[in-house]
Amino acid sequence: MSLISIIFTALFYISLFIFIVGMGRKIRQFWITPVPLKIPIAPTPLTQTGAIFKMIREVTLFESLFRSNKWIWLFGFLFHFGLLLVLVRHLRYFIPGDLPEVFLLIQPFKYAAFAMIIGLAGLLARRIFVPRIRYISAPSDYLMLLMLIVIGVSGAIMTFTSNHTDVMMVKAFASGLIVFDWTNLPTEINFLLHLFLVLVLLAIFPISKLLHVPGIFFSPTLNQVDNARKKRHISSWALKQEKENTVKLEQTIGKDE
Amino acid sequence: MAAKEFDIPELPTYIEIPELTPDVMKGEGPFKAVDEFQKPLGFPGGKVDNWKEVAIEKMGDLKSKYRSVQVFLDSCVKCGACTDKCHYFLGSSDPKNMPVARQDLFRSVYRRYFTFAGKHFPKLVGAKDLDDEMVDDWYNYFHQCSQCRRCSVFCPYGIDTAEISMAAREVLDTIGLGQKYCNQILGKALTIGNNLGLPEPALRDTLLDLEEEVEEDFGAPVKFPLDIKGSEILLITPSADFFAEPHIDGLIGYGKVFYQDGVSWTLSSYASEGANFGMFIGSYDIMRKAALRIRKAALDLEVSRVMVGECGHAWRVAYSFWNTLSGVGAGAQSGDEYALKLQNQLDDRYPQPQHIIEYTYDLIQRGKLNFDKSENDERTVTFHDSCNVARATNMGGIEGGQFILPREVIKAVCNNYVDMERSTIKEATFCCGGGGGLLTDDLMEIRIKGAMPRMQALKQVETNEGVNTLAAICAICKSQFSKVLPKFDFDPYMIVSVHQLVSAAIILDKPQEAIQMSESQTEATDAVEAKEAETE
Repeated sequence: MSLISIIFTALFYISLFIFIVGMGRKIRQFWITPVPLKIPIAPTPLTQTGAIFKMIREVTLFESLFRSNKWIWLFGFLFHFGLLLVLVRHLRYFIPGDLPEVFLLIQPFKYAAFAMIIGLAGLLARRIFVPRIRYISAPSDYLMLLMLIVIGVSGAIMTFTSNHTDVMMVKAFASGLIVFDWTNLPTEINFLLHLFLVLVLLAIFPISKLLHVPGIFFSPTLNQVDNARKKRHISSWALKQEKENTVKLEQTIGKDE
Repeated sequence: MAAKEFDIPELPTYIEIPELTPDVMKGEGPFKAVDEFQKPLGFPGGKVDNWKEVAIEKMGDLKSKYRSVQVFLDSCVKCGACTDKCHYFLGSSDPKNMPVARQDLFRSVYRRYFTFAGKHFPKLVGAKDLDDEMVDDWYNYFHQCSQCRRCSVFCPYGIDTAEISMAAREVLDTIGLGQKYCNQILGKALTIGNNLGLPEPALRDTLLDLEEEVEEDFGAPVKFPLDIKGSEILLITPSADFFAEPHIDGLIGYGKVFYQDGVSWTLSSYASEGANFGMFIGSYDIMRKAALRIRKAALDLEVSRVMVGECGHAWRVAYSFWNTLSGVGAGAQSGDEYALKLQNQLDDRYPQPQHIIEYTYDLIQRGKLNFDKSENDERTVTFHDSCNVARATNMGGIEGGQFILPREVIKAVCNNYVDMERSTIKEATFCCGGGGGLLTDDLMEIRIKGAMPRMQALKQVETNEGVNTLAAICAICKSQFSKVLPKFDFDPYMIVSVHQLVSAAIILDKPQEAIQMSESQTEATDAVEAKEAETE
């Protein structure tokens, strides 16, 4: 194996390790942090089913964002939906051996790259040109978009221009990572850049705003059922305080019962 | 301190998103609470020496106790969807009043001390040190948030600035920087029983005077009972209802509805306050402390129903938090002795707690109240959805019931009703500008500027539909509107309680002898019907 292949193979496992461990820890933190009060936000679902459908609508359609701002919704939706289709199409590289027939059907998903790039460009333009959004942006907010744009554009160049990379070699490399049968990877600059940034993205996932991906599912305002009167909701620490009757009552005025 | 000069915003035809004017609302914030008001709540009476360490430690504590805080601090992508949603931003154009920028005052410090990226690359990710300037900004700008949650409705992740603002205020209290208005009031509520500091004899006198006045005006012996053990209903209402216009006309309205229904009810001198400012300062323990007074009153007075008067955040605390805090509610688990002690006493055929609007609406639905709607004919009414009711509670157990029920009650007693523009009502309602502990004269500038979006929508219906009455079901909204309406050239008396409208139209024809007799017979069947209505 060439040195560059060894480096990228190592980077892949390192990034993946950081991603899995980092996300695992973060999700665990979200999971174990109590929710002391019922704080669903209107329009509130009154049943568990309603809450699940609300979450599904938020995750798939970005319902609140649509209500909020049509431009951000449009660009955000193009990007996320495009990314989803492109990711599905990328599975072909990671599955060893012959592909199931279904992959012929999703071949056109490659065009989703354009939706993704247009969406990202729109979001970047808003970040630069809308003063309100410029005001709230840190350098990392621009960098994140730029990184995704470079990933998208480098991928699109390989797919849609004559700068094709050796797809069979990519497949051998990528599926080799999965089954621990390591091989050399193509060394065109487009491909290396594309892969490198994807690995960086993977590694910074647990320490950046990309945490919105697990975050949305844990958002109490979105996932709670509005049934506070019908069912007593109480957190572990509040129950403990209640049992011990030590709601710091001695520090506060007025008598407890 | 001399009041700062400022311009009262003009009311535009359409709300435009203002150009950013950085630092236009920078300032020292509201008056700070001195030792006398801080100590009783368990807070230090001035900025403590090691405030920075204490603040960071408290932040860590809060984010480990509130999933909302942890998730919201991590999940914001700075998409900008919320930037034009805050009434204080629209009215003041200060960029730090954009919800995300307000949160970022807190988030940037969180990043600096609690995240890998912020510890090692602060400039890159916008992480900031907690210094004097930052704490000053916290105190100033987290007291320019009414915790109305409008931004949360529009956030793709439901990020709720109110949660962040409550957390920030709790940190501020912990390092000795409390707000005078809230903490002084909490002291009164937790010792005397209400925010006004009205002791039992004064309250009793007030209610007796009111009974005389009402009998004189309306010719019916409507009672306003206090501390009557064994009453069916305990009414918990904001203490503003006891003395000030337009609030007291609402209280008269509740009394007339109870009278006409023939139900026995009582107020409590121990728990004579619906408001719970513990929520505003973000303290679970203090909020619970205030809620426990209601629990104690309900147990002592042996009531079977707990009802809440017209108050916005009180209804949020009651509807969403009482069951958690004090067990006023239903559905406690079998091992939960604490909650069951109360819940076994409360009548499970009724929603517990119940809003006065739910109660009146239910009576109207069952044809138990008769109205002469023409009494309100000189009025063309619009309804202001109070933020806490609209975005954090429900009524009637039906989806959107908190929007439907008050409107239906108004329409049952008034012939002329119109809504304000759709994007300014219901879940998207604009705050009155005085909620969340901001209803104090030292915050008058932000209160007036923040009222602009609501005033603009009101101006539209005044011009186009001839609206001359603004009805609300929140004591803070009513007080705030009384103050700010004239600043925008409206009649300050156009703000009324919904139950003031009910009071004007209700026909008091209940023969008093019949009340005692019918009470025991109809009680049970009424209760069953009410329960059915609730579960549908």
